[in-house]
Amino acid sequence: MTAFTGTTRLTRLALRRDRVKLLVWALAVPGVGAAVAQSVSGIYGTESDRIGYATTSAASVVARAFNGPVSGPSLGSVVTAEAYTMLALLAALLSTFAVVRHTRQNEETGRAELLGSAVVGRHAPLTAALLTTVAANVLSGLLLALVLVAGDLPVAGSLALGAAITGIGVSFAAIAAVTAQISGTARGANGMAAAVVGLAFLLRAAGDAWGTVSADGMRVVSAWPSWLSPLGWANQVQPFDGNRWPVLALTAGFSLLAIGTAFVLTAHRDLGSGVLAVRRGPAVAARGLLNPGGLAWRLQRGVVLGWAIGILVMGLSMGSVGDQLDSFVGENEAASELIAQLGGTEELVDAFLGTMMAMFALAVAGFAVQAVLRLRAEEAAGTLEGILATAVGRPRWLLSHLLWAALGAVVLLALAGASTGLGYGLVSGDVPGEVARLTVAGLVQAPAALVLAGLVVVLFGLLPRLSVALSWSAFLLCVLLGQLGALLELPQPVLNLSPFTHLPAVPAADPSATPLVLLLAVAVALTGLGLATFRRRDLAIG
Amino acid sequence: MTAISVAGLVKTFGATRALDELDLTVRSGEVHGFLGPNGAGKSTTIRILLGLLRRDAGEVGVLGGDPWRDAVALHRRLAYVPGDVNLWPNLSGGEAIDLFGSLRGGLDRARRDELLRRFDLDPTKKCRTYSKGNRQKVAIVAAFASDVELLVLDEPTSGLDPLMEAVFREYVAALRDAGRTVLLSSHVMSEVEALCDRVSIIRAGRTVESGTLAELRHLTRTPMTVETERPVAGLAELAGVHAVTASGATTRFEVESGTLDPVLAHLARFGVRALTSTPPTLEELFMRHYGDGSEVAVTAPRPVPVGAR
Ligand SMILES: Nc1ncnc2c1ncn2[C@@H]1O[C@H](COP(=O)(O)OP(=O)(O)OP(=O)(O)O)[C@@H](O)[C@H]1O
Ligand SMILES: [Mg+2]
Repeated sequence: MTAFTGTTRLTRLALRRDRVKLLVWALAVPGVGAAVAQSVSGIYGTESDRIGYATTSAASVVARAFNGPVSGPSLGSVVTAEAYTMLALLAALLSTFAVVRHTRQNEETGRAELLGSAVVGRHAPLTAALLTTVAANVLSGLLLALVLVAGDLPVAGSLALGAAITGIGVSFAAIAAVTAQISGTARGANGMAAAVVGLAFLLRAAGDAWGTVSADGMRVVSAWPSWLSPLGWANQVQPFDGNRWPVLALTAGFSLLAIGTAFVLTAHRDLGSGVLAVRRGPAVAARGLLNPGGLAWRLQRGVVLGWAIGILVMGLSMGSVGDQLDSFVGENEAASELIAQLGGTEELVDAFLGTMMAMFALAVAGFAVQAVLRLRAEEAAGTLEGILATAVGRPRWLLSHLLWAALGAVVLLALAGASTGLGYGLVSGDVPGEVARLTVAGLVQAPAALVLAGLVVVLFGLLPRLSVALSWSAFLLCVLLGQLGALLELPQPVLNLSPFTHLPAVPAADPSATPLVLLLAVAVALTGLGLATFRRRDLAIG
Repeated sequence: MTAISVAGLVKTFGATRALDELDLTVRSGEVHGFLGPNGAGKSTTIRILLGLLRRDAGEVGVLGGDPWRDAVALHRRLAYVPGDVNLWPNLSGGEAIDLFGSLRGGLDRARRDELLRRFDLDPTKKCRTYSKGNRQKVAIVAAFASDVELLVLDEPTSGLDPLMEAVFREYVAALRDAGRTVLLSSHVMSEVEALCDRVSIIRAGRTVESGTLAELRHLTRTPMTVETERPVAGLAELAGVHAVTASGATTRFEVESGTLDPVLAHLARFGVRALTSTPPTLEELFMRHYGDGSEVAVTAPRPVPVGAR
């Protein structure tokens, strides 16, 4: 028996266990690619439109930071610029979660122990996890290239973009392989890897923002920080322009190095433990923990704080580039029309800030879904059984978690508004005014997030075992309706399904109370319904 | 006084009929063994008693209340140790114990510290680092440190080493002496024999036997082998005698526990030279109820002086 014995069997098992997730993944990446290609060829149909886009994108620090360095006026380049961030983050995060799921999480749940006692080599689980994840990345990259070619984009460029996105996924699979050895918990491993994704994004954004514009004004030469980031390398391939394949050698070399490190670490630690020792805790509980609300806060606080930091950084950086907006979209009519449509105003800055608030609303709704799904996580893990066998009733337990989810969402949105206001206030010169105005704009988004939270409660009450999948599907639907609804010109009744459609376009428009009150009423009604169904049903353990 | 009364309890999960008109009576102040093969429905019954699952039919009373309707009020008066203890990975063991105690309505701090010492449990370790046995100890300490009338223990000692098992028995015995009621589901026969006043055996969701251990023994037949000077006649006609086979001077038969006296008197007339009886061990007793009764392994007979039992 070698250290790799059993890899094939484990890989097959992983593919089987993840078949639905992998399928969704393999379809999501080309799906995003196709949707963006479709909308871009509509908006930037002519060469002159695209020259306008490339020139303004190259000139704008905002565009460089968020979309990456633009490279030329070809249709493929515009598609790449528009789709890049979403594709890159999808590939990076899905790869991270997949690797951690099949390594550290298996160890945590004891599944690995069971497998480890069968004929399975020490390196087999990690190898199987990496094989599975790399296969999924290659498949989704190929499909992405295929749909782009089908959309009449050049073959070489399509393949280069597919390979670049695959490369991002593989790099982060390798990073997750390392963090899964370092951290003693799946949560910690995912968190660490997600932090690396964030760092990689910041490095790339900084490198591209500091980059220089080429002589023709339609390309960006990135500064050195971009070259330190796996997310940057994919840009440097310059799909549809340079098609610089050798850059991918960097990705390959980095991935091999990281994977090698992970294997060395595996050989030097015990099953179930991480390189970092798990810290000890207090022998006696603090008073604050000893009630359902205190326990719920203890379980939720990490998530809330993580989101708060992310939102703070996002808000400050987005706000502080707001004043450059005019130079960015000023010359492209279709683009400014789009922003005006999304933001609900001709005033570009307000439209931009409004779009930002809408994005924050979606992001924080994501937080709310995650926080409320903790209900199901506690039930499935079996810890709820222990709690409900004490003198804590079901409503009290459920509401204690819901309280932090709702309060967290409201505070995070206020923070999103305030930090964007602070960032924009610093560049525009009116800090108190902008902070106040945008904090209100942030808070106005809260009812939609709360409706989604209420929906999760209903799903938890009615269909506990399906609630995780259904909740995220509902969230994804809202995101798609919000992002693509206007572009695809979907009928209004369809758009109305999403609570976010009903939010007023702040800060441009004055918030009107009626839709907000109605949304809140819906949120409360959903919560009541969910609670009532949960009170009547069996505990669904496992 | 009954602490738990269950009659005709039915619970189905889809097509599975997990409980099929189950009956169970636990008197106040007794330690009641709850036995049955894997999948018999012990944990399901216990979860219904705790209001975690809803019953489909039947009567259930716990401490005079309805476990579903009065869950919160009842749970102040009882403590539960689940068969599979699940804790929050990032809480310490001490925190988890205090949390359970306090949510149940408070725990005795001195007792908690004594229990931690006796069970040799480090309360500063994070729950994720605990072994199965140590997780089990967290729940046991939390339950024993609470001042409650009823303890519901679902295979509480699975994963405990023999030393800890002994400490556990000591505490359960003390609880019984203090007049507390304990429902103890277990697969460990020696534990049941040492602790339980009465037991209920269930199989496939149905109660097959209930009573004191002595009563259960009486319900079974004792195999006997007798060697006599003259061939035994007329034995099979006696009440309570079964399965008589004779070969030469040796006669084998089975006798019901209550009818030994006339059988012995009858045998004496044929000049008894040797008599061995094999009273069923507790283990065999349960095997008989766990399986369908026919495939009981026969152990080597050990000689027992007549009437010694
Ligand atoms: N949530 C559920 N869904 C479907 N079937 C279930 C569920 N819970 C229990 N069962 C089934 O009900 C039956 C009784 O299970 P239960 O867990 O009560 O047995 P048990 O006596 O505790 O067994 P063990 O000694 O193994 O702990 C089993 O057939 C089991 O598969
Ligand atoms: Mg059980």
